[in-house]
Amino acid sequence: MSHYEAPIRRPLVTGNKTYHDVTVDVARPVEGRANKSWWIVFTIALVAFLWGVGCIIYTVSTGIGAWGLNRTVGWAWDITNFVWWVGIGHAGTLISAVLLLFRQKWRMAINRSAEAMTIFSVVQAGLFPIIHMGRPWLAYWMVPIPNQFGSLWQNFNSPLLWDVFAISTYLSVSLVFWWSGLLPDFAMIRDRAVKPFQKKIYGILSFGWSGRAKDWQRFEEVHLVLAGLATPLVLSVHTIVSFDFATSVIPGWHTTIFPPYFVAGAVFSGFAMVQTLLIIMRKVVNLEDYITIQHIELMNIVIMITGSIVGVAYITELVIAWYSGVEYEQYAFLNRATGPYFWAYWLMMTCNVFSPQVMWFKKIRTSITASFIISIVVNIGMWFERFVIIVTSLHRDYLPSSWTMFSPTFVDIGLFIGTIGFFFVLFLLYARTFPVIAQAEVKTILKSSGDKWKRLRAEHGDDIDHFDTVVREPLANADAGVVEREGPSTEDKHEDTVNADALGLTEVQKDQIDEMLHRIGIYDPAVDQADDLQKLNGVGPVVEQHLHQVGIYKYEQVANLTERDYELLESIFGMFPGKDVRQDWNSRANELKNKN
Amino acid sequence: MASKVIHAIYTDDDLLLQAVKQVRQERYHIEEVFTPFPIHGLDKALGLAPTRLAVTAFLYGLLGLAVAITLMNYIMIEDWPMDIGGKPSFSFFQNMPAFIPIMFELTVFFSAHLMVITFLLRSRLWPFKKAENPDVRTTDDHFLMEIAVADHDEKELSKFLYDTGAAEIKLIDKE
Repeated sequence: MSHYEAPIRRPLVTGNKTYHDVTVDVARPVEGRANKSWWIVFTIALVAFLWGVGCIIYTVSTGIGAWGLNRTVGWAWDITNFVWWVGIGHAGTLISAVLLLFRQKWRMAINRSAEAMTIFSVVQAGLFPIIHMGRPWLAYWMVPIPNQFGSLWQNFNSPLLWDVFAISTYLSVSLVFWWSGLLPDFAMIRDRAVKPFQKKIYGILSFGWSGRAKDWQRFEEVHLVLAGLATPLVLSVHTIVSFDFATSVIPGWHTTIFPPYFVAGAVFSGFAMVQTLLIIMRKVVNLEDYITIQHIELMNIVIMITGSIVGVAYITELVIAWYSGVEYEQYAFLNRATGPYFWAYWLMMTCNVFSPQVMWFKKIRTSITASFIISIVVNIGMWFERFVIIVTSLHRDYLPSSWTMFSPTFVDIGLFIGTIGFFFVLFLLYARTFPVIAQAEVKTILKSSGDKWKRLRAEHGDDIDHFDTVVREPLANADAGVVEREGPSTEDKHEDTVNADALGLTEVQKDQIDEMLHRIGIYDPAVDQADDLQKLNGVGPVVEQHLHQVGIYKYEQVANLTERDYELLESIFGMFPGKDVRQDWNSRANELKNKN
Repeated sequence: MASKVIHAIYTDDDLLLQAVKQVRQERYHIEEVFTPFPIHGLDKALGLAPTRLAVTAFLYGLLGLAVAITLMNYIMIEDWPMDIGGKPSFSFFQNMPAFIPIMFELTVFFSAHLMVITFLLRSRLWPFKKAENPDVRTTDDHFLMEIAVADHDEKELSKFLYDTGAAEIKLIDKE
């Protein structure tokens, strides 16, 4: 029907997933308990965060003098960190908004976590200007509210004030975008919750989402419009951040290339951070079937392209400095590449321009290890880009007598480490309590891009509907000769080898058994020989009889059983060997089958 | 007055869509459909009117733009005009280039937030709201159609729904 997708497109969801499998896989990390490695990483992040809190308290109580700033270099690590964190945030919006407008389905596996990353990193970014104010409790002075000082207003000509509006709009709109998308997924967890406390919490978080047809219609429209709004918004945010520099008259800052150059750099670093986080997360919470190698490869391609754009921007800057004929401008760039901070410049060049070029090789961009390493390298490089732009442009200003160097104090370092800690504290808590994949969205593409349906289409042709999870085929379809109708209207049409009448099964269960047999193979008494199932661990005469009742006679059939089938058998027979007993059945049956 | 409805549960989205079309063709009244994910074409099959949320977003955006213009005009031009760096602020239009970033941001801010608030209120979603899906499986992999019994024969209606492929059929007495 409407689920056709060209067979040449690789499946976005692997592992033969059904709708229910998606639910279970997304809910698992939330319903399960944290393992040891989570606690270890969380503790490290928490310690780093607390160190950062200590440095914030020290800065605020002592004054900005606690930082390494001096008369010449008045902006250094704080703004570097601010721009770096804001930039990282951009990938989340790009993935969820721009890729939505372009109808890129692969975004659905990663948009939730990328948006979470956006919000958490913009929170980190926002901390720096507020701390830099020195008296953060007066941060509300940034907001134009009538005040007791007479007509004392903000200066709306200042890019720093534009930044206040841009960052707050960006943070709040991203939050709303993220949360409104979370409602159906929180509802899914709420409806699966067994304990009343969890049910209550997720009930509150889901805003009572019920999934009415009208709600979904509005939901989709809201997300489309939000994507349309967020796309220019995300471009405006880093544009305005770049105005903080570009509208000044400092050589090296005063360039018109800054807005696109900053936006490309932001997307570049943001995708690298998404890559870092997701490569770890897909492993830890077993989401390899949703965040596939293909996703990693596509993100690598974005990293490579934006990295190349950034490289072009670096070279353009150099050429324009030379072409402008302005000596100060020329010196600023000469000083970057050959001055005392040459190491930072070449580190930036290596990490940002050269390292992503290896992604031209398919072998490298589909390698998890290589992707992970390069994602880290890019993040280091992008931090140094901001450092190079800010510090090397300032440290040798118009007056050679005031030339100086910048060295960070332990407070500078502590604040930066602290925000990294804070970021990971938030992200780790998110990974344990939130549905990390937009499961409702993934379910909409399962029939077009899931490998299960792709295989069915390859086997049966594109025009046929594959209601393979279906228990009851509609009468209309059987009359039209589209499919053969199974089910109670043809009462005796269940598999002959099933002798389940004594069990009092429902029609649904009988159909499920049929479906299972079709998958694992059917025992044909005329040709096949029944195997001795009692050779399997924990199978005595009773269990063997049970297996015979549902038509399982051969090792080959046992070898093909999946977890879903075991669950079905457990639900049919009250007494059935548990997980610990039957875990080696498949492998054992395989061995025995081959011995025969 | 108590009214009777039938809950028909389907296990596949394509089946549900087909069933919706058949049920509407037979002139039965579908009260509501609960699904775990958006189904393409379901709103049209149900005959739902298109949503006007995008229009409200546009209007809210205009409001945001108006607020931004009024705010900056009052602060920078009328209340306390200043000569900053030799660039005096005496006329809104001469100073407007510097105001464009915030005009844009406030347009987006108003548009996005007010649209989402409208969505939440229209769909009656807020914290502490009790969920109203009749079966918890409708957020997992089941699809529920609620049909008004009205003065139709229950048996006949059930049989009909059964033939549309419903996996479960329940008669519910609504308060």
